[in-house]
Amino acid sequence: MILAHFWLAFAGFGAALPLGAWQMYIRSPLHGWISDPEWYYRSVTAHGTTMAYVFPTLVAMGFGYFVAEAALQRPLIGLRWAWLGFALVVIGTVTAIIPVALGLASVLYTFYPPMIGNPFYYIGVVLVVVGSWIWVALMGINMQRWKRDNPGTPVPFPMFATVAGAYLWGWTAVGAALELLFQIIPAALGLSRTIDAGLARVFFSWTLHAIVYFWLMPTYIAYYTILPRAIGGRLYSDAMGRLSFILFLVVAMPIGVHHLFADPEVGSGFKFLHSVFTALVALPTLLTVFTICASVEIAGRLRGGKGVLGWLAALPWRNPVMLGAALSFVMLGFGGAGGLINMSYQLDSTIHNTQWVTGHFHLIFGGAIVIMYFVIAYDLWPHLTGRSLDSLGLMRAQLWTWFVGMIVLTFPWHYVGILGMPRRMAFYDYSDPVIAAQAASVTMSVIGAAILVVSGALFFLVLARGHAAPRTAPPAYRFSVAVRPPRALPAALNGFGLWLGLMIALTLVNYGFPIAHLLATPGTAVPTVNVGALR
Amino acid sequence: MTEPPPPPSHDEGAERIEGIERRWAMVGIGVLLVLVVVAAFAGIHQAAMPQSRVEIVDPLRLHLSGEFIDSNLGSAVEPDGSVTVRAIGQEYSFTPSCILVPRDTPITFRATSADVVHGFLIDGTDINLMLVPGYISSLRARFETLGERYMPCHEFCGTGHEGMWGRIKVVDKAVFAQMAAGAKRVSCVK
Repeated sequence: MILAHFWLAFAGFGAALPLGAWQMYIRSPLHGWISDPEWYYRSVTAHGTTMAYVFPTLVAMGFGYFVAEAALQRPLIGLRWAWLGFALVVIGTVTAIIPVALGLASVLYTFYPPMIGNPFYYIGVVLVVVGSWIWVALMGINMQRWKRDNPGTPVPFPMFATVAGAYLWGWTAVGAALELLFQIIPAALGLSRTIDAGLARVFFSWTLHAIVYFWLMPTYIAYYTILPRAIGGRLYSDAMGRLSFILFLVVAMPIGVHHLFADPEVGSGFKFLHSVFTALVALPTLLTVFTICASVEIAGRLRGGKGVLGWLAALPWRNPVMLGAALSFVMLGFGGAGGLINMSYQLDSTIHNTQWVTGHFHLIFGGAIVIMYFVIAYDLWPHLTGRSLDSLGLMRAQLWTWFVGMIVLTFPWHYVGILGMPRRMAFYDYSDPVIAAQAASVTMSVIGAAILVVSGALFFLVLARGHAAPRTAPPAYRFSVAVRPPRALPAALNGFGLWLGLMIALTLVNYGFPIAHLLATPGTAVPTVNVGALR
Repeated sequence: MTEPPPPPSHDEGAERIEGIERRWAMVGIGVLLVLVVVAAFAGIHQAAMPQSRVEIVDPLRLHLSGEFIDSNLGSAVEPDGSVTVRAIGQEYSFTPSCILVPRDTPITFRATSADVVHGFLIDGTDINLMLVPGYISSLRARFETLGERYMPCHEFCGTGHEGMWGRIKVVDKAVFAQMAAGAKRVSCVK
């Protein structure tokens, strides 16, 4: 079941990756203008929908089920429900992708009402989300039952972190779900001819930012619970880890209005409020960077590293987990610095909705996050398949090419964004002297995309060779152990009751007024504009 | 891989870890506070703030009445000498497609969309707005350099999105005054 989640996730990734590379090529100076730009937007919709909704959701679900069994050391409760969730994701994906492939829903994965596409596209996305909600419920139930059966014992950290991620997703998906169920789907079915585009953008921003933290959760869980163990170290602090995940849960969500800094439907006060909370969400990342570096230092010193920096040289750099995590950290550093720029209204004005933003989230998600998905797969595969994964050299080559490809792809993107290159365009007029200056950078991005495709192929080669390897019996799976494993914890660090309350309260404070204000304002609904219909 | 030896378990060790962590957390919070204060200062002191009020407009009646009727689009000289620019975005062009503004003059942009969501960005400046149908976007700005800049739509607005480019020309104050004299609204034609 876990393997099915991972394979479907990576199959989607494998299909969407070449689409991305094709888009890079088609809009570059290497290719003439595409005869029908609709194909480009159709491809962007398929790439975005798969990479943003299907791929990370399935990774989070599969990894969550794995953690529940391995960390709680007992079989998953509700296996049938888990299969039902999986089936919903599969059905939803197929339902959504058919109208996209037919060109009936080229609205991009961010929907953009009042543009309205084929209803099956939106219904498919809803089914994917509902399938993932079953996973959310199962994660909560498994933790609760375990707590009931083990009173007074702290919930194992990997499970605690996984449940934090699940609750975060359960709540943050509500924004887009409201937008889809109450606004877009009625319009797509023809029940309504108008839609409040501003309100829809507010709802979507509720989901749009925290979804990134949902993508990030498996990566952070791997930093804390896989990396120190894989390199022979210890987790520096269990409590700090819990605190980081709690902070993510509480503040990752009510900050989405920073995506609407340039929008007319939210006033400046709430924009500033969300900007402040966006600053706050950098805190758990800062804590994580500290804890993980300290944990890695422990490993380096245990391996005989001396001096201020000597422990760095003593680290097992040939170990794919170590390598992948280090490359991930570098990309997280660059991406995070870019994120601090996006966070303030004044700096954001320069780059809002330019190629900078595309570069930013590809570096964070495609780079720092997805490279750890690879690492997770490499680490879990022997336990999932019962066959060893021995192609260490190939894994290192794969991780390096992914890193280099992502840097070559995204750095020029950031640069042309500062020059003001708008995003989501099927082609540009490079014969224009002003735009000609951006041509070389765009070409460089195409090279980056090509490297990424090669890296993706290497990834599948590693997994395929694993499936062909002889059977072995891997030892029981272990997560990292803290320097000081907790014996007893305060309830606040061992459960989520308080934090869920805080999360919902903060949402009401930060989103209540903007939503209520728009709902109460008459005359904000505008006619829908159907796409994909014969004109 | 060998299991590392268990570290010495003294409470002082735990206290030390906690102390180091607390210091780091304080540094982190401090850095973030500085960033927020800088942003707040820039917002208030340099007036680099988003519009404060939400204004609505009916996209179906733009050309019939109100400030976005055809004859009112373009640059208008206000009694106080400032200039108000009114523009509309629609699939797949801006009206006016070439905006004319004077240098060193306070400019207020007021823009909206007639159909779907569009973007309004002026290359090489901090002028960056979303045009959402049903709402009026506004922004104050000032141009210090002469010349022509591109003004692309930066939000996906349909299959012709890549062709939606406008322009803005910044001209000398005197030149602008000459062009604006007698005309109700001005814009450049090419």
